[in-house]
Amino acid sequence: MTATETPTRRITTAKAMAEAIGLEMRRDPNVFVMGEDVGAYGGIFGSTTDLFAEFGADRVIDTPISETAFIGAGIGAAVEGMRPVVELMFIDFYGVCMDQITNHMAKIHYESGGAVTVPMVLMAATGAGYSDAAQHSQCLWGTFAHLPGIKVVVPSNPYDAKGLMAAAIRDDNPVLYLFHKGAQGLVWMEKNPRSIAAVPEEAFTVPIGEAAVAREGTDVTIVTLSLSVQHSLDVAEQLAADGISVEVVDLRSLVPLDRDTVLESVAKTGRLLVVDEDYKSFGLTGEIAAIVAETDPTMLTKPLMRLAVPDVPIPYARTLEYGILPTREKIATAVENLMS
Amino acid sequence: MQQLNRLDLYREMVRIRQYESRILQEYHADKKPAWDIGAGLIPGEMHLSAGQEPAAVGVCAHLKQGDAITAPHRPHHFALAHGVDMKAMTAEIYGRTTGLCQGKGGHMHLFDPENHFSCSGIIAQGYPVACGQAMAMKRKGTDNVAVAVAGEGAANQGAFHESLNLAAVWNLPVVFVIEDNDWAISVPRSHSTATASNADRAAGYGMPGVRVEENDVEAIFEAAGAAIDRARAGEGPSLLEIHTLRLWGHFEGDAQAYRGAELDTVDERDPIPRYAAKLVELGELTEDQTESIAAEAAAEVDAAIAFAVDSPIPAPEDALLHVFA
Ligand SMILES: Cc1ncc(C[n+]2csc(CCOP(=O)(O)OP(=O)(O)O)c2C)c(N)n1
Repeated sequence: MTATETPTRRITTAKAMAEAIGLEMRRDPNVFVMGEDVGAYGGIFGSTTDLFAEFGADRVIDTPISETAFIGAGIGAAVEGMRPVVELMFIDFYGVCMDQITNHMAKIHYESGGAVTVPMVLMAATGAGYSDAAQHSQCLWGTFAHLPGIKVVVPSNPYDAKGLMAAAIRDDNPVLYLFHKGAQGLVWMEKNPRSIAAVPEEAFTVPIGEAAVAREGTDVTIVTLSLSVQHSLDVAEQLAADGISVEVVDLRSLVPLDRDTVLESVAKTGRLLVVDEDYKSFGLTGEIAAIVAETDPTMLTKPLMRLAVPDVPIPYARTLEYGILPTREKIATAVENLMS
Repeated sequence: MQQLNRLDLYREMVRIRQYESRILQEYHADKKPAWDIGAGLIPGEMHLSAGQEPAAVGVCAHLKQGDAITAPHRPHHFALAHGVDMKAMTAEIYGRTTGLCQGKGGHMHLFDPENHFSCSGIIAQGYPVACGQAMAMKRKGTDNVAVAVAGEGAANQGAFHESLNLAAVWNLPVVFVIEDNDWAISVPRSHSTATASNADRAAGYGMPGVRVEENDVEAIFEAAGAAIDRARAGEGPSLLEIHTLRLWGHFEGDAQAYRGAELDTVDERDPIPRYAAKLVELGELTEDQTESIAAEAAAEVDAAIAFAVDSPIPAPEDALLHVFA
C-alpha cells in the first residue's frame, strides 16, 4: 500500500514519534533507546509509547538519573556503529550533561577530521504553557543551533514528527530532536487539535533541512516553528475572515536552516513576523532577521517584527507565564500591526 | 543532641500530612472533566511528600535558626518542618503576589531566605548549593549547618558525588540526606543503583554514612541528631540515607501502573497511623489528643489555603521584574 492509499488514520505527535522509532528498530538492529522512564512508562511525554512491550528491556533501556553518563554512553555506542536514540527528559536538564553534548557529541566528527561519525539522536521535551516554571519550560533550540555540529529538528505536527524521527535516526550526524510538550497530543494537557492528525502507517522520512509552507498567503509571512506553528495557523484562519492573507512557514529544522523557503515567502509578501517561544535576544528571531537583511532588506515593505520570550526566565503563575509567551492574541496583534 | 519529644514529632507529621492531603484535594478539584495539568487554581506539576514525613520531621527537629536546607522537587515536608511560613508557601503554590516568590517560582522553586530554605527541580542540584551555604557558615564562624536533601535517584547524579568529595575535603558542616522511597518516577532503585545502601558510598568520600532502614521518625531523629551534631561541632559532613515511602504517585496524575503489587500494601506501611498507635501504646497519646492535633492542623491548613485563594493574582507585566537585582 502506498501512502496515498492508506486509510486516514489519525494519531498524536507522541505516538508518531514512537511509531517512527519502532519502525527503525525493526529495520535496523543497531537502533536502541535509552533514557529516564522510557521503558514500561513509555516516556513521560509518550515518545516511547509501547516500545518496551515490543522490544523489551534490552533495547528500550531505563537509565539512572545520570545524564552525563547515559548521553555520553550514547555517543560512545554511536561511534562504535550503533544508532542510539537517547532521551533527555526535558531540554532544561541540559545543564547537567552539556559537556557531553557540546564538546563531544557535536565536535567529534569535526575534531577527528571526519574520521569518526556520531549517528545518534538526542530527543528532549521543550516548551511552556502549563505552569511548569523556570526549570521545566524552556525551548532553548537557539542555544543548540548556535553550537556547530548538531543538527536540530523541531517538528510541529504528527506527520513531521514521524518523518523527522526516521530521518534523524538514519542520519550519520548527531541530531537533536526537540518536541514541544504542548504539541504532543497528551491526554493530560491542553492541546491544539492539530496535535492529532493523519499519518501513514508505513515508514517514511521528512528531509532534515527543509522548511514547509504550512499555509499559503500573500499579505504577511509568519516564520515560526514547533507549537507556535499551530498557534500561527489558528491565527491565520481567524484573520482570513478579516481579509488578511497570512503565509505560515514552519521551519521544521533549524540546523540546517532552509533559508530559501523563508526568503521566497518574504519576497512574496513583503511583511515578516518571526514567532519564537525561545528567548528573544541572540536567537532565532534575530537570525531570520539577519538572513533577510543580508539578502535584500528592500524585500520588506514594512520593518519586520519579532515575537519571542522577552529575555526573562519562564515564570510559574499563569498570568505571568502567558504574559511572556507568544500567544495567539499576541501573534494576531502583531500581524494586524504589520498590516496597518 | 535535641531531646526527643514524641508528641512534637507526631504533631508535625500530622501537620504535614494534613497539608499534603488538602493540596492533593485542591489540586485535583478544578482539573475536571478533562484532566489538564495546566488548569485550575494550582497549575503545573505537583510532587507530594505523603509517607515521607518522618524524614523531614526527624531531621528538622535538630535544626535551629540559621541552619539551611536545600530540598528537591518534592519539597513541602522539609519546607514546613523547617519553619517556612505555611501561608506564604501556599500562596506561592497558588501563584499569588503574596507567595514566597510572588508567583514566579511555584511548588518546585520555593525560596525562603529568612529560613535559609530553597529547593530546585533539577535533580541533585541542591547538593552543591548546600556545600556553599555550609562554606559561608563556616567562614562566618557560626555553628550553623546545611542539610541537602534529595531522593535515591538523585544519588546517581554527578553533582551528588562531586559535592560529597568537596564537603569532605573542605570539612564542611553539611549533612547529605537521601530519601530512598524505592522509586525514581517509574524506575525502581534496583535498576538505578548498584549498591544496596548509599551509606556505603560515603566511605568512598571519607565520611560517615548511615542508612535508616525503617521509616520511623524516632530512628531518623537519632541518626540525624548524630550527623547534625557532628557537623555543628566542626567534625565535617555525613551522609544519611532514609528508607521511606512514596505513598502516592510520583506526581499527581501518575497512574503508577509500574508499581504493581507493591502498591497494594502502601497504606499498611503509612508511617503516621503506625506512630500514633505506638504513642497510644506508650500512653503518650490519647484518642482525644489525636483528634485535637488533627483539628488544629486542619485549621492551620484551611487558613493558609484561604489566604492563598484570597490573595491577588500577579499582573502579566510583572513577569518582566526580577531578572536582575
Ligand atoms: C537532572 C534531572 N534529570 C531528570 C529530572 C526528571 N525527574 C524529576 S523527579 C525524577 C525522579 C527523582 O527520583 P528521586 O531522586 O528518587 O526522588 P523522588 O521523586 O523519588 O522523591 C526525575 C527523573 C530532573 N528533574 N532533573
